[in-house]
Amino acid sequence: MPVRFHVKQNPEGFARFKARWTPTQLVLDEQGEEKHRIEGFLPKDDFLAQLELGLGRLEFERGDFDAAAREFDDVVVRHPGATSAPEARYWAGVSRYKRSNDPNALKDTAEEVTRRWPDSEWARKASVWSGSR
Amino acid sequence: MSDRTVQWLTDADQALAEARRVHKPLLLDFSAAPS
Repeated sequence: MPVRFHVKQNPEGFARFKARWTPTQLVLDEQGEEKHRIEGFLPKDDFLAQLELGLGRLEFERGDFDAAAREFDDVVVRHPGATSAPEARYWAGVSRYKRSNDPNALKDTAEEVTRRWPDSEWARKASVWSGSR
Repeated sequence: MSDRTVQWLTDADQALAEARRVHKPLLLDFSAAPS
């Protein structure tokens, strides 16, 4: 459900949701709780990837790890060159681990993130799982 | 994101109430672009 606040027409909305810059987008759950924040302009592919990442975060925080893994996987498949693709792959692995408790989910994640996005911070974060099996 | 395809709401409370009713997430967009 999309809601737009314009800085001149609805400045109180900026204060209410603590938006300090434009453009900013927030993904809220149905209770109105913020789950994801995007600040600053992004090219289309990166922006769409960030939105889908937000949906994954929403499912993750609900505890629906199957749905979260699907959302995160979709980011990687649809936007493999986006800046958030390695982050999405990271969280897809965490979601699978949270669902199954299988450490192979983390090791596979480390291998893929390191191979595909070796210079990303997510490769560094996942590196701790390389010996998880 | 194009205004040609997105029906933007402007009342946050109304949108929150509708989101609760239909169990859908909300996207809030904060813009300074000319409307």
